Amino acid sequence: MGTVDVEAVWRIESARIVAALTRFTGDFCLAEDAAQEAVAEALVSWPVTAPVNPGGWLMATARRRAIDAIRRSVALRDRYPLLTADTPPASEPDPDRIDDDLLALMFISCHPVLSPESRVALTLRVVGGLSSEEIARALLVSVPTVQARITRGKKTIAAARIPFELPVADERRERVGGVLTVLYVIFTEGSTATSGDRLVRPGVAYEAIRLARTLAALLPDEPEVHGLLALCELTAARFPARTGPDGSPVLLEDQDRRLWDVSAVRRGLAALARASTRGLGPYGLQAMIAATHAAASSVETTDWERIVVLYEALGRVAPSPVVDLNRAVAVAMATGPERALAIVDELTVSGRLAGSHLVPTVRGELLARLGRRPEARAELELAARLCTNRRERSVLLQKAAGLG
Amino acid sequence: MPKYLLIMRGTDESNAAMMAGIDEMIATTRQFIDEMVKAGVLLAAEGLDDPRQGVVVDFSAETPVVTDGPYGETKELFGGFFMLDVASKQEAVEWAKRVPVARGAKIEIRRVPGSDEVPQA
Repeated sequence: MGTVDVEAVWRIESARIVAALTRFTGDFCLAEDAAQEAVAEALVSWPVTAPVNPGGWLMATARRRAIDAIRRSVALRDRYPLLTADTPPASEPDPDRIDDDLLALMFISCHPVLSPESRVALTLRVVGGLSSEEIARALLVSVPTVQARITRGKKTIAAARIPFELPVADERRERVGGVLTVLYVIFTEGSTATSGDRLVRPGVAYEAIRLARTLAALLPDEPEVHGLLALCELTAARFPARTGPDGSPVLLEDQDRRLWDVSAVRRGLAALARASTRGLGPYGLQAMIAATHAAASSVETTDWERIVVLYEALGRVAPSPVVDLNRAVAVAMATGPERALAIVDELTVSGRLAGSHLVPTVRGELLARLGRRPEARAELELAARLCTNRRERSVLLQKAAGLG
Repeated sequence: MPKYLLIMRGTDESNAAMMAGIDEMIATTRQFIDEMVKAGVLLAAEGLDDPRQGVVVDFSAETPVVTDGPYGETKELFGGFFMLDVASKQEAVEWAKRVPVARGAKIEIRRVPGSDEVPQA
């Protein structure tokens, strides 16, 4: 490993470089373009001559490219004297300024004016430092699709003249929530792949955890940031046990809990402790549920009554049919399948999860436990037809077949 | 996900150089740790005390033998570690290059296998 690895350096430097350049030029799109040009140049020149200070090289090159672009742009020409003044942005880094810029970068990448797809792609690109190829692999979409989402996102930001700044106080909570949603979407893409033939893609989930850690370090007083981090750590702790050697899903009740990552559990519990100082929000409550699972050595010894209570609380602060469904599963474990079936039937009647494989999956399980085998089989077959993950689908079909 | 342990190995000379500028070293190390925390990659970091204060428990014989002092030769002694959660070995290497150390020190990078992996011999 004699040469300097451009991708690895970029992972470490990208957010700070794009943030500093955006602050410097006042133009997020220009900064991102300039940064990408610097990376492209590094890929060509570093294998020949590796720089002594790769981070400094990238910053200086990106800054030069930004100045070139501004020279070409009439609209930005008035900023030109400012940029060419002898004060490079990295000359005297002020740690607080860097933190604020990094935060502003997260807020602009997750801005509500953007489409959800663009938010995810931009966040992975500018904050996470991933290339379009890496993002495409993470999201199971094509490289041109990723590039289109990024381009569209940047155009939207430019057209809406979104300023590069921290949200004002009365918008702050909502904007933090927006960032958390993007991180959670990235995490769930890794923890339950919505498509494809793999159930868990830890690499994608890892990117979300890393970004959540960054956010937790920058916003230590926001309980839900720690709540989300705790939820991600505690969920990821189970990844090693969630798939069998052939890649098929292993249900919670069948998981070999010795495979759970104890260090990840410990980190999750530490984050949860920080989250719970001022009462738990939706992420904190979900983390608390995951922590209750983590504390038990088996499904039988799990405190299901506590989990029911936590789902009830979650249903109050963040009502959702998925929460009701999960509460039904917990109720089945705590008090038996009959009461649980009543909750699921209510859900079916309301039609709030119509088209999802989750309701018939749970309904099928409950009917099977009640000995209503033909009905159970029909439900599981329905679930299999609705399920888009190949691994999950084959498990559902196996179960249905097992009911004779 | 892969974790990597950055194992700090100092020599008598590098340790002496580090102690000579210890205040500055502590300040730059603190800044470096803060940077890794904000990058979301630091899981743990510790520095070890003087190796001469150490104790070795040796299992060569039937009963463990306890001796005072450092383990083995005094060159390249384990002086501390950083545990990183990064996407690749290359990234661990790039972080290692940024660790503030005195001239002559070395950093060994070792991968930590996941709980579902058997360590490779």
